[in-house]
Amino acid sequence: MTTVDLPSPTTRKDWSSDQEVRWCPGCGDYSILAAVQMLMPELAVRREDTVFISGIGCAARFPYYMNTYGMHTIHGRAPAIATGLALARPDLDVWVVAGDGDALSIGGNHLIHALRRNVNLTILIFNNQIYGLTKGQYSPTSEVGKVTKSTPFGSLDHPFNPVSLALGAEATFVARTHDMDRNHMLDTLRQAHAHKGSAVVEIYQNCNVFNDGAFEKVTGKESRADMLIPLVHGEPIRFGADGERCVVADPDGRLRITTVAEAGEERVLVHDASRDDPGLAFALSRLARGPYEPTPIGVFRSVARAEYVEESTRQLDAAMAQKGPGDLAGLLRSGASWDIA
Amino acid sequence: MSDTAERPARPVPVEVDRVIIRFAGDSGDGMQLTGDRFTSVSALVGNDLATLPEFPAEIRAPAGTLAGVSAFQIHISDHEITTPGDAPQVLVAMNPAALKSELHRLVPGGAVIVNTDTFDERSLTKAGYAENPLESGALDGYRVYEVPMTQLTKDAAAPFGVKPRDADRSKNFFALGLVSWMYTRPVEGTLAWIEKRFASKPLVRDSNVAAFKAGFAFGETAELFDHPYSVRPAVQAPGTYTNITGNTALAWGLIAAATQAKLPLFLGGYPITPASDILHELSKHKNFGVRTLQAEDEIAGIGAALGAAFGGHLAVTTTSGPGVALKGETMGLAVSLELPLVIIDIQRGGPSTGLPTKTEASDLLMAMYGRHGESPLPIVAAKSPSHCFEVAIEAARIALKYRTPVVLLSDGYIANGSEPWRLPDVADLPDISVPFTTEPNHVDAKGEADFWPYLRDPDTLARPWAVPGTPGLMHRIGGIEKEDGSGNISYDPANHERMVRLRAARIAGIADDIPLVELTGDVDDAELLVLGWGSTWGAIDGGVNRVRARGRRIAHAHLVHLNPFPADLGDVLRGYPRVVVPEMNLGQLSKMVRAEYLVDARPITKVQGAPFTSGELEQAFLDHLGGLVP
Ligand code: SF4
Repeated sequence: MTTVDLPSPTTRKDWSSDQEVRWCPGCGDYSILAAVQMLMPELAVRREDTVFISGIGCAARFPYYMNTYGMHTIHGRAPAIATGLALARPDLDVWVVAGDGDALSIGGNHLIHALRRNVNLTILIFNNQIYGLTKGQYSPTSEVGKVTKSTPFGSLDHPFNPVSLALGAEATFVARTHDMDRNHMLDTLRQAHAHKGSAVVEIYQNCNVFNDGAFEKVTGKESRADMLIPLVHGEPIRFGADGERCVVADPDGRLRITTVAEAGEERVLVHDASRDDPGLAFALSRLARGPYEPTPIGVFRSVARAEYVEESTRQLDAAMAQKGPGDLAGLLRSGASWDIA
Repeated sequence: MSDTAERPARPVPVEVDRVIIRFAGDSGDGMQLTGDRFTSVSALVGNDLATLPEFPAEIRAPAGTLAGVSAFQIHISDHEITTPGDAPQVLVAMNPAALKSELHRLVPGGAVIVNTDTFDERSLTKAGYAENPLESGALDGYRVYEVPMTQLTKDAAAPFGVKPRDADRSKNFFALGLVSWMYTRPVEGTLAWIEKRFASKPLVRDSNVAAFKAGFAFGETAELFDHPYSVRPAVQAPGTYTNITGNTALAWGLIAAATQAKLPLFLGGYPITPASDILHELSKHKNFGVRTLQAEDEIAGIGAALGAAFGGHLAVTTTSGPGVALKGETMGLAVSLELPLVIIDIQRGGPSTGLPTKTEASDLLMAMYGRHGESPLPIVAAKSPSHCFEVAIEAARIALKYRTPVVLLSDGYIANGSEPWRLPDVADLPDISVPFTTEPNHVDAKGEADFWPYLRDPDTLARPWAVPGTPGLMHRIGGIEKEDGSGNISYDPANHERMVRLRAARIAGIADDIPLVELTGDVDDAELLVLGWGSTWGAIDGGVNRVRARGRRIAHAHLVHLNPFPADLGDVLRGYPRVVVPEMNLGQLSKMVRAEYLVDARPITKVQGAPFTSGELEQAFLDHLGGLVP
């Protein structure tokens, strides 16, 4: 009988570092930290094999609070640094934690390239639609017209939709969750972690100091039923207190919100996250222009594609099999050489 | 009279001790390939040699223009040489533009071999010749060999069914054949090389072979040349030799460093001239466990490398000046994280895009000071193509032992230039391995074993390197200032000052772990000390030897370690009445030694996208010795 070398059981406490958590009281980051610390014990991974890598911003303090290996790096660069670590050490479980400014503004380039390469990373984007650590400037996900310290007359920039962006960047796993539903977050993170390749999760996170209530309409308990469209793979996309509203696809391919009564049950769009063509997932991501309209929450896309680190290892193994392990003396003589007696 | 009697006897080659040949043509004419081939056969003959490839930044600059000229200079010798030579004695000009742009370099009375087929009105006009220089007397004073290379190539290739248009592309092999005859190079190596390289394109192969043979035969039969020349093998130390460019030597040096460190090698890079060849070379050697990532940009290249360093790899990023500028922030992070990382800068003309394919050594101050905050890091520089191998190992040694980013400076001249290299015995390479930390190093207040990532080794001041995957040593590191020892975030002012000083002391302390200054020449009684660094080594050596041959007393010190300096450098500099510093910049090392040692080091500078020649330096040294420079 072979014994599987399973990590010894851990508890949430084992995954918490001894560092005092220093987010503002009431910050949505706390609930994300709690969810991750709760999730880790059930993932059958070891703390020493787990690495959290972040850039700069409020969210980026996250690694300090995890009793794992961690790197708090520089603004925007976490996906690049994590790519190097994941490539060097396929045995590790590498997570990236970034805010909306970190991931989508200064680090936009690294994010999209990590996604297209499909590096085995679990990437969490804490989206609060504001710059918190620098005390309240508009971010690349802020709505147009946002009045902040740097935009006293309202911001002019059209925002990114992180899910649309990730899908456009060829991401193989794209999901959205929020800080007001522990179970949904746990479930989403669990799926993201299980995904082979880059898994990106946008987390609506309330910054109660600089952008309080940005997602309230969608995530608040009172309005949620009419504003939050749950995406569940294989299920018809319905919402509303009694599931009376739904998403349908018109003959021209456009998605539309309507009522089940009007559309008829059979026309309700059944969510399929595994479709190879990202078109429908993209259309779903465009249903809401912002978190003030009914907004889909859940896994938009989860498809299999060759994973970068595995492919890189395969090339190394193939070279090793073909040429044998590297021989330095042989390498030095691999060009034309001559002897002098 | 019989047929045989009519034929002239084969002329006996005349022996020369050395020759400098410059191949020049249009960028599309294959001059670099021609030069490379001539280099390879000359290396195999056993000559000492040095090369200088020079080409435009554009891949196909406008054909026939001066801007589109690509040249390759090679110096072959029967004795030890250190530079590609000052002025060529032979110029091969494949078109009027090549003649126009390169003729001024030739020694008076030198030989010009021109492809006359290209000297038509259009090409002459493009090159800016109002009159045909072959007729106008512009070449008086040179030995001119007019050869219709294009036509002869076409004629030679025709029997193989090669269309004249296609045969045109083989004319560089005609030139190579001709010069191979002139300098009695064996033909077998080149023929075998053509067979192999063009195996999949039989017509191209046949055309090139035919052109090469035709060129060789032309030399023998055309009676244009009185006799060929020969250059004997140089007397070299026993051993196995190969001819190597700086970039290849660097790539191999990195592989050797990884082998000697018993670590896998990781390269994160982004294509940039003139550094890309290192990425290309390392990408080939996956069976050594080398992982290469062509990243999305320069920042990601170094970022990925830093991630790999955290994971316990020997991590490297390769670039040129503009890339170093982009990597600056991550280099600062590496200084703060105290992780081993090698940053390779193959310098080129700057600022900005500058002269991408031309050499310069003007990034020293950027390497030294180009980051915010107090962020010292070690700097090493290669002095010749083959020296890149050794320096790569040294950079890795320092990075690993002291857990620090290290900048390795090379430049376009030695990156693309080549020289024969006596292969080291692999068994003699230094062991540069360092152990990972696997056990707790501290006991916390509760008496439990704990790991402090910034608890330093008292001798080296290096922090422990505990890589992910090690049980019990989980820790977090970051760019925020850390508490001395525990590594926890600390904004305490006194702690910050202590950490700044500790980081500086760790780098300064490396001075005790590197060789003292090595002096050559009139060490005891020189009137002038020449302090050099980087690729100026060969030209300085040549210049110093010539000045000594004139009876003046002069010494040469060449720095491989630029930060920290060797421990005795101050004493050495103060030991001579005058110090000069030749540099391919406006005086960067001279500034550094002036600031450090208060010595009146005089810069000798050149920023023309080309290395110093020995002659230029000889003159500059004589000017200083003769009191012509105040
Ligand atoms: S500023 Fe906002 S995002 Fe940052 S910690 Fe405070 S509440 Fe959270």
